Amino acid sequence: MNHRTIALSVSSLTFYALSLFGLTVAVRAEPPQVNIGSKAFTESVILGEMAAHLARHAGAEVRHRAELGGTQILWQALTSGEIDAYVEYTGTIREEIVADAARAGAAFDSEQSMRDALAQQHVVMSQRIGFNNTYALGMRRSVAERLNIRCISDLQKHPELALGLSDEFYERQDGWHPLQQKYQLPQTQIRVMEHNLAYRGLEKDAVQVTDLYTTDPEIKFYDLVALEDDLAFFPTYYAVVLMRDDLERRAPSVAASILKMEGLIDPQAMSSMSAQVRLDRKLETVVAGEFLNKSLHLSLQLPSSSMSAQVGRFLSKILHTTLEHLFLVVISLGFAIAIAIPLGIAASRNEAIGQTVLGVVGVIQTLPSMALLVFMMPFFALFDMGIGPAPAIMALFLYSLLPIVRGTYSGIRQIPAAMRESAEVLGLDSGARLRLVELPLALPSILSGIKTAAVINVGTATIGALIGAGGYGSPILTGIRLNDLSLILQGAIPAAVLALVVQYGFGLLEKRIVSPGLQPK
Amino acid sequence: MFRLENVSKKFGELTVLQPTTLAFEPGKSTVLIGPSGCGKSTLLRLLVGLLQPDSGTIHFDGTELKASNLLQMRHRMGYVIQDGGLFPHLTAAENVGLMARYLKWSADKIRTRVEELADLTRLPKAALDRYPAQISGGQRQRVGIMRALMLDPPVMLLDEPMGALDPLVRYDLQEDLLKIFRTLNKTAITVTHDMGEAGFFGDHIIMLGEGRIVQQGKLDEMISNPANDFVARFVRAQRLPTLTQQGGLS
Repeated sequence: MNHRTIALSVSSLTFYALSLFGLTVAVRAEPPQVNIGSKAFTESVILGEMAAHLARHAGAEVRHRAELGGTQILWQALTSGEIDAYVEYTGTIREEIVADAARAGAAFDSEQSMRDALAQQHVVMSQRIGFNNTYALGMRRSVAERLNIRCISDLQKHPELALGLSDEFYERQDGWHPLQQKYQLPQTQIRVMEHNLAYRGLEKDAVQVTDLYTTDPEIKFYDLVALEDDLAFFPTYYAVVLMRDDLERRAPSVAASILKMEGLIDPQAMSSMSAQVRLDRKLETVVAGEFLNKSLHLSLQLPSSSMSAQVGRFLSKILHTTLEHLFLVVISLGFAIAIAIPLGIAASRNEAIGQTVLGVVGVIQTLPSMALLVFMMPFFALFDMGIGPAPAIMALFLYSLLPIVRGTYSGIRQIPAAMRESAEVLGLDSGARLRLVELPLALPSILSGIKTAAVINVGTATIGALIGAGGYGSPILTGIRLNDLSLILQGAIPAAVLALVVQYGFGLLEKRIVSPGLQPK
Repeated sequence: MFRLENVSKKFGELTVLQPTTLAFEPGKSTVLIGPSGCGKSTLLRLLVGLLQPDSGTIHFDGTELKASNLLQMRHRMGYVIQDGGLFPHLTAAENVGLMARYLKWSADKIRTRVEELADLTRLPKAALDRYPAQISGGQRQRVGIMRALMLDPPVMLLDEPMGALDPLVRYDLQEDLLKIFRTLNKTAITVTHDMGEAGFFGDHIIMLGEGRIVQQGKLDEMISNPANDFVARFVRAQRLPTLTQQGGLS
């Protein structure tokens, strides 16, 4: 038996094995596939992990699309069916999701009215998970008790108190100034400062009051109390689960399991979980799982937090993000090269086409990446690719066009007239002139366009993390969320190294494929 | 070989060639001469199809030149420009063999022909595998001539072929070029503004001024019997080296 027949029989065996496997899978009941989403901040990721645990517990095969880039991206992913559920806040639903209807006159004064509006879009809104994550004013517990301050109105009697407010809260339309008016607050010592500094100021008694989110883990860490909003100034941001209604039909037990989150988490529990992730550096999935094991008496298997397990995870994660990142860069660049070089050639042939093409790709370059991503999601959602690498690749592809088109265009345009004429007079047809003369002469310029596109691509591909495409953006995003420099560097350093490698690689390539006659001695 | 009937050319408002009727005999060397802007280069570029006439027809070897047959016709014309017009990304040998490769000659046949042409133009073999930037101006010009001769065309068109060369190199190359024209029995049409070169190359000299033919014939006739004041002044303007009393060249 020679090699070829062995290869043949191996491949046919594989074929039979695969078809048998396919049959078995088809006969067995397939577990429902469920995708959970979360936003790029710790609380959302913990709640996403929790929903994922619950769905998995009910027998689903779960994928958690963690740290997606914002409300619009999650909402589009939910309505297009790329995720089945995520945790949202009533205030956000009111301000961003049903905002158009609200402007058109619908009043969303009750949660039931929002629930009805969402139901029309085939989205189920759960009952409250239990906590309200909104702005509050906070004080150290000891100081508040000594001065007998329980609610914001109590501050009226203490004009001597100093406030340390975050920049954003001080400026917001629903921030400090309207609050001061509503409560008639008399304080005059107001300092705008960075949030972490405000907490330290509280500790040193340099300020006594600061703004905070009601579920900030620092509340526990610094032993603070959130003052009661007795005049109901702050809008409510109760956490709720948003879920596609088809999940209830498709996998009722999974949907019911996820909805066990209703009423499960009070503000203290939420801020304690955030503290475990942000201050104790525990994994979100562990924190969420431990909470479920305790409060619902489950026995979920959770990943180990041992040192060796962490190192293993670290290495496999770097490898994984590198592959994801390379995937984004290589595919988008490949498409860009295939499209941009012909575009550049066409542009060099005809002044009108040239100006149009360069104008259009130039305008694309100015579009902010986030806008481009949100803009393209609905389109890719038609093919079930609204989140994940596809829109990121499309965005990177579009950003790569300009440098390559420009490199090709100017490379061909810079060929001296005498050179073109020589080619023409020899009797080469226009295709041969392009292939044998113009492209080889333009090659250095084309390559430098591709190199620029590749280097920009390596950096820009970090935006892929915003829509679940992974890559070096993921650790950067998580690092920003956890205020963890080492995690940010886990994404930033490999990205920088990769950019250098690309730069160097193109240098070598240039030496190999550009004619020695065109290279400086 | 070439026959022009009432051929004229304008660039915008400017007439660069008045309606001209003219024939170039096969196997003869003709020189087009005149001051800058007289239309001599325009005429050559019309012959090779880089420009299309506004009126009139051009026949090449009995066939009218048209956009549709231009590529084929050009395979039978060798065109040489100042400094050779070589492609910098190709070696000298690749430049010379480019058209043959395009026409799918075998590598052996190409190499044999290239070496034959190197002997003919007295190009050192070592220069064949160098890039244009790595060889001298005179060698580049020889490579340009080799490239024009590669397909053995009956016609050679040369646009100021010696323009970029220093006098000694030019002197040698002129000798070699004339020898090539004679031995290969080429029809040669050379554009120059140098009377000496015209007299050396030209069986027949055509002087142009302001887009029209002012006089044609032999060099002696133009010197001894100029058709008008313009020809007389042009001939006079070509200063020949004479020894001054101080003993140096003026």
